[in-house]
Amino acid sequence: MSGAPLIAQGGFVRDRAGESSCVADNGFCLDWISKNLDRYQTPFLEHVYLVVVSVAIGFVIAVALGLLAHRRRWLIGPLTGVTGALYTVPSIAMFFLLQPLLGRGNAPAIVGLAIYTQVIIFRNVITGLAGVPKEMVDAAAGMGMTPNQRLFKVEVPLALPEILAGLRIASATTVGLAAFAALAGAGGLGQQLIVSSLIVFKSNVVVAGGLVTLLAAALDLVVLGIQRLLTPWRRAVLA
Amino acid sequence: MGDASDRSSAEPLEFREVTKRYPGNAEPAVDGLSLKLPAGEICVLVGPSGCGKTTAMRMVNRMIDITSGDILLGGRSVKQRQPDELRRNIGYVIQQIGLFPHRTIADNIATVPALLGWKKDRIATRVDELLELVGLDPHEMRDRFPAQLSGGQRQRVGVARALAVDPPVMLMDEPFGAIDPINRERLQNEFLRLQAELRKTIVFVTHDIDEAIKMGDRIAVMQVGGRLAQYAPPAELLTAPATPFVEDFVGADRALKRLALQRVRDIDLWSVATCRAGEPTAAARARLTDADLDIPMLVDGERRPLGWLSERGLTGERVRPELRSPAEPIVELDDILRDALSDLLARESMYGPVVDAGGHLVGALSIQAISHAIGSAGSEVRSAAERVAGDAGESAGQE
Repeated sequence: MSGAPLIAQGGFVRDRAGESSCVADNGFCLDWISKNLDRYQTPFLEHVYLVVVSVAIGFVIAVALGLLAHRRRWLIGPLTGVTGALYTVPSIAMFFLLQPLLGRGNAPAIVGLAIYTQVIIFRNVITGLAGVPKEMVDAAAGMGMTPNQRLFKVEVPLALPEILAGLRIASATTVGLAAFAALAGAGGLGQQLIVSSLIVFKSNVVVAGGLVTLLAAALDLVVLGIQRLLTPWRRAVLA
Repeated sequence: MGDASDRSSAEPLEFREVTKRYPGNAEPAVDGLSLKLPAGEICVLVGPSGCGKTTAMRMVNRMIDITSGDILLGGRSVKQRQPDELRRNIGYVIQQIGLFPHRTIADNIATVPALLGWKKDRIATRVDELLELVGLDPHEMRDRFPAQLSGGQRQRVGVARALAVDPPVMLMDEPFGAIDPINRERLQNEFLRLQAELRKTIVFVTHDIDEAIKMGDRIAVMQVGGRLAQYAPPAELLTAPATPFVEDFVGADRALKRLALQRVRDIDLWSVATCRAGEPTAAARARLTDADLDIPMLVDGERRPLGWLSERGLTGERVRPELRSPAEPIVELDDILRDALSDLLARESMYGPVVDAGGHLVGALSIQAISHAIGSAGSEVRSAAERVAGDAGESAGQE
C-alpha cells in the first residue's frame, strides 16, 4: 500500500503500467517487464561501451606499467602502492571527484573505471612475468635473443595465462562498478538502477541487475575464449 | 648469413688465463683457466659444485662476462663480438633443456634460424632434417608441444634446436641431468654417435665423473676456487691423476673405469692352440708348445670354439672330441673390456675364448692379460665417439 504513491510518481514505471495491480503493489511483474524490455537496450549498450572502453584502456596502461616495472624492478613497490591506494577510493567519491576535472558524462566514468582496473591487471602482469621459469629466459638469452625478443617471444607469452586471468577479474569488477558511472552522468544500466533505488520498483531492479550480471558472465566467457585461443599449449598433454 | 653447409662445421676453442671475479667475493669463481680444445672434440668440464665449471662454460657465449683473460673461438676473441650475434652461432643446451612450452617442436627448433631471418621453406626443410638427425619422426613431432613429449624426446629436440644453424661450437650444461639412468645411457650413446658424424667442438659440463669419462675426448677437472686441477684425455686422467684431489675425484675404482674405455681388441690376447676332432694328435701337440695357453681348444671346420679339450682327448692316434669344459664365456673382439672382465668373473674363469664378428676363434682373454693392460699406461684408448660407433645396432631403437 505504502509503495503505490511512490511508484506512481515515477513516470518511467507508470507510463506503460496500465491498470496492472502488480505494478501498483510493487511486485515482480512479468507483464510490465515484457512491455518495457526495449527501454533497457540503450542503457545496456551504454554499459557495454563503458566497460569495454575502460577495460581496454586500463589493460593497455596496466600492461605497459607492468612491462616497465618488470625491467625497472624498483618501480614495482611504488606502482603497487599507488594502484592499490587508488583502488581503495570509494567509487561514488571517485566519480564525483573526477567531475571538476573532466566534466560530466563518459569521460570521468571511463577514466574512473580504467583507474580501478590498474591494481588487478598490473599485479597479474608482474606475478605472471615473475613466474616464468628462469631456464626459459636463460635458454632464450643463450640462443641470442635480444632483451626485447626475450620479453615478447618468451616471457609475455608464458605470462599470458596470468595476465588474462587478471583481465577476467578486471572485466567482471568493472561491469559492477560501471553501474556507479551513472553518478558521473554517463548513463548505463546504473541509471536504471538508481532510478529504481529511489523509487524501489522490484521488476526494474531485477531486469537491470540481471543484465549487469549477464554482461559480466558474457565478458568473462569472451576473455576465457581469447585465453584458450592464445594459449593452445596449455591444453596440450602427453599423447 | 651463408648457407649452413658452406660454413666450417667446427672451430677450435681456447681459454687463456680466464678469470671471473664477482664483486664482494674474495675467491674468484674461475681462476686463471687456460686450456686448448681442438676443433671437433668434446671437452668435459667436471668438478664438485662450486668449482666454477658452469661459470667457465657460460663465459664462452658471454652469458657471463670475463673479468680478465680471454676466450678465443676459431682464433677470434669472444669479447670482440656482439653477445647476441655470438650466441646465435653457438649451440646451447641447458640442464632442463629449456624448450619453450608455448611453441611447437618445429618452432622451438626454428628459434635461431628465425632470429637470423631464414625464409619459411628453408626453416621447414631444416627442421625436418634435424628431427630425423636426432631420431624423431618429423610428421609426428613437428606440431606437438613440448608437454606432449617424453623426457628423452625433449632432450633430443633440445639437441636438434642447438644444432639448427650448424654452429661450430656447442655448449652443453648437464644435458642429461634430468633423464633417468636407463634413458640417460642410451641418449649419451646416441649423442656420441651423432658427434662421430658431426664433429662439433663441444664444451660439456657435468658433476658426474663417469659421464665425463664416457663423453669426453678431454676432461678438465676443476676444483673449488675455480682452479684447473688437471686437463687430460680420460685414460691419462685415470692412469696418472695429477693431484690427490683428482685421484680422489676420479674414484678408487679408476682402474676399472679405465677398462670401460677399451675394447677386447685393444689389448694383447693370449694365443690358443686349436685342434679338430679326427686330426693327428701329434700335430695338435706340436701346436700346443707354441701357444700361451697349455690347453687346446676344440674347434669346428670354421674355427668356431666347441670347448676346451681334456687330456684324454690327446691320448690316442687321432684327436677325440672329449671336453674338459665348455667354451665359456665366449668374448667378442668388440666387447668393452670391463664387460668382458665381468663375464670372466661371473663364470669364475681365468680366461675365455675370444671370437671375431664371424664367430671364429682369434685367441683367449685372460685376467692376467687384463691386469697387464691396466698396468701399461700407453695401451690404446679410443675417443668417446669412436667407442660408441660400433654399438650402432645395439641401442639405436627409440623409446
